[in-house]
Amino acid sequence: MQLAVIQRILGILLSLFSLTMFPPLAISIVSSDGTFVPFLSAFALILSIGLALWFPVRNIKNELRLRDGFVVVVLFWVGLGITGSVPLILASIPDLSITDAIFESISGLTTTGATILTGIDHLPKSILFYRQELQWLGGMGIIVLAVAILPMLGIGGMQLYRAETPGPVKDTKLTPRITETAKALWYIYLSMTIVCALAYWLAGMSVFDAISHSFATISIGGFSTHDASMGYFDSDLIESVAVFFMFFSGINFSLHFIAWGNTSIKPYWHDAEFRTYLSILLFVCVTCALYHFLANDYENIGNAIKDSLFQAVSIATTTGFTTTEYQSWPGFIPLLLLFSSFVGACAGSTGGGIKVIRILLIFKQGMREIKRLIHPNAIFIIKIGNKPIPERIIEAVWGFFAAYIAIFVFLLLALMATELDQVTAFSALAACINNLGPGLGKVSQHYGDINDVAKWILCFAMLLGRLEIFTLLVLFTPTFWRR
Amino acid sequence: MKIIILGAGQVGASVAANLVNEDNDITLVDINPVALQLISERYDLRTITGVASHPSVLAKAGAKDADMILAVTNSDEVNMIACQVAYTLFHTPTKIARIREIEYLKNTALFSQEALPIDVLISPEQLVTDYIERLISHPGALQVVDFADGKAQMVALKASYSGMLVGHSLRDLKTQLTGIEYKIFIIYRNGQAIIPNGDTVIETNDEIFLISSQKSMRQLLQLIRNKEKPYKSIMIAGGGNIGLRLAESLENKYKVKLLELDPAKARFASETLKSTIVLNGDAADEELLIEEDIDKTDVFCALTNADEANIISSMLAKRLGARKVMALINRAAYVDLVQSNTIDIAISPQEATIGSLLAHIRKGDVVVVHALRRGSAEAIEAIAHGNESSSKVVGKAIMDINLPQSATIGAIVRGDEVLMAKKRTVIEADDHIILIVSDKKHVAEVEALFQVGITFL
Repeated sequence: MQLAVIQRILGILLSLFSLTMFPPLAISIVSSDGTFVPFLSAFALILSIGLALWFPVRNIKNELRLRDGFVVVVLFWVGLGITGSVPLILASIPDLSITDAIFESISGLTTTGATILTGIDHLPKSILFYRQELQWLGGMGIIVLAVAILPMLGIGGMQLYRAETPGPVKDTKLTPRITETAKALWYIYLSMTIVCALAYWLAGMSVFDAISHSFATISIGGFSTHDASMGYFDSDLIESVAVFFMFFSGINFSLHFIAWGNTSIKPYWHDAEFRTYLSILLFVCVTCALYHFLANDYENIGNAIKDSLFQAVSIATTTGFTTTEYQSWPGFIPLLLLFSSFVGACAGSTGGGIKVIRILLIFKQGMREIKRLIHPNAIFIIKIGNKPIPERIIEAVWGFFAAYIAIFVFLLLALMATELDQVTAFSALAACINNLGPGLGKVSQHYGDINDVAKWILCFAMLLGRLEIFTLLVLFTPTFWRR
Repeated sequence: MKIIILGAGQVGASVAANLVNEDNDITLVDINPVALQLISERYDLRTITGVASHPSVLAKAGAKDADMILAVTNSDEVNMIACQVAYTLFHTPTKIARIREIEYLKNTALFSQEALPIDVLISPEQLVTDYIERLISHPGALQVVDFADGKAQMVALKASYSGMLVGHSLRDLKTQLTGIEYKIFIIYRNGQAIIPNGDTVIETNDEIFLISSQKSMRQLLQLIRNKEKPYKSIMIAGGGNIGLRLAESLENKYKVKLLELDPAKARFASETLKSTIVLNGDAADEELLIEEDIDKTDVFCALTNADEANIISSMLAKRLGARKVMALINRAAYVDLVQSNTIDIAISPQEATIGSLLAHIRKGDVVVVHALRRGSAEAIEAIAHGNESSSKVVGKAIMDINLPQSATIGAIVRGDEVLMAKKRTVIEADDHIILIVSDKKHVAEVEALFQVGITFL
């Protein structure tokens, strides 16, 4: 462990992060909503912490080791999550406790979108913008984390892609150097955001709303500037723009990169994970619409289809925008939607959940066991897109799956111990560990009413989900700290 | 013709043996003197020991005035370089090379005159695979060969009690199979070739050679063999080069199982193939075959490297209930032993390979040659050039052509049309003529027929 190097990196990171106070600062000046002082002091505080960390060790420039990577990645999210809450604590409207502010900040940075706020429409614009900005920054961090850094540490869904032999369609490492890869992905992320904002604006949103919502859409976050979320606009056009961009951001960014480089949409279709992702979304959407039709709870079947499509895409990609109170939909649908968030989006996207590729591999593994019973002498190899997947990867996927479930059970019991009812505890945990946002029961609108201990547990769940569990868990093992 | 053959392996040796009888000067080059000695003791040819691609070795082998170089060493790379050397240093007119690796084969630009000057690429594994694939897509056929880019097809059949052929004269059959253009142009009865006429009656175990256009052939076979259902499930024993390729090309159309003894090879096969079920086990393991429903298998192909293993496992498969069994057999002596006994079709890799080479050795404009019946007969596609005065065939009716006794014309491909040969059909310039020569001695006479007289030039 090279604490000095880690401290230097963290210092630089916080100093840079302090700069993100400027856009909300500018907005508070323009709209003079009284948040000028909190943002300015937050800027000063974060910058001085950053500089204080950096200054004593500024000349230590040792190479980072693999093990330090884990600590840096975890500290990145924890550090930013905590310091990101400073302006929310300092601001007088909304009046948040430290726990609530940190919950909100972590929920933003992990692109979960679970909020403890109510009356969002009446909040100062600078605060609203700051929340969206947190999500956008979080999304950016995830992309780099998932595509460039986690594979180096040997964990995360993208490792699956690394294992594949390079072909003309999919280059495993997109560019030879990580900084170049990160840059290319940022450009894609940025241009998607711009296009999305323009589309929202053309569809009828105000400039402020368009930019704010594009941040939350591309990062698969789900924060909105309105209590009614996307439902506030009540516009088919806006909803379809949202559906398209949620779907698009849930795709592996390396696929975007390759499609962009080849100026062709073929790479998408050739990708087995993309095809599975598409079919899962279609399945959820069709099931919802069909059930609405059978339950006859919509007067207009067109509306039922529209709402089913929006909610299916929003929840299965783990965005968490809502247009309607899907929590009160009939029968099993709310739970189906919640379960679809466990599958989540594609690896290497801004979405959360277990990731489609892992589910696909687990499914194929299950099918293989059945085939093995029929042909005991046969050799079956698990393949994705006709490329064999090494057994090592499949073991890792099983390990991940087992850890996911074990952690889930453990945290669920912990939440219920804090006197949450079962529906609330289950859905809140699912919504947080999958980085989805809205849950069922008491947390279907906001997380403000639950107790503080539960909030801390959920913060931990959000970080676990975001960091693909193992990154965070590895820090809790004695082996990691042994010299 | 002066021919240099590089590589005295299975293909090299058998090609040398085949060509040496036909008045060719053969020089065989190999790095292994022992292999060469065996061959030079048996055949009338020259042998040179050395690295096949080295210019000095090629010079010693007489590359300066060779008409053709045939590079069939084990290494693709050596074959390619040898052709390059022969082209650059010795200006050898015809260069044929065996290239196995699909990576090279699929980039055809590599083999242009400016890059790697190879005139003809042969890939024996691919030829054998295609050969077996054609057999499987024509249930009941013993041999299926294409002419004129697949426009015409010739099929060899065995007449059996169950089919509609036995006991009928050809004239009878004509009336039963109206509307389909075909011709039975040679019948083998007890190893003797018969050129049939309308009164010839087909007997059991006759081997019949039919020619027709590709479209009609499938229909024809269905009518003749109305009890023969199309094949559905295929079992392949041996996951080597040929087995793997065959499984790859069949797995989309049939239910394919592949047996391979070596676990590493089986694993590789499983990684390469998509829907084929790869089984790790011995093809001669009765329990395994029964467990994998050998009695419901339509075709069992034994394609390992060992002739004996192929024969034994396909005999076993036949006894356990497989509908048709095929075995890959390298040794010609074995082929006669087993075919028409328990094994339905014996596949001889040499027979499949040598045809594609023979076409380049034949004089006159011979475009396709297929060896039939272990090389004792040949099916030839030749182009008639010139005009009535310069050519011995153009402008003449078939009955007037001075064919050797053992040769018979089956069909003529004119443009896109496939015409069955009749006595009065008149040959036009640029017709493709398909004929069988049942006695190889007469091949030279046929070649002479299709050579154009000097005046044409």
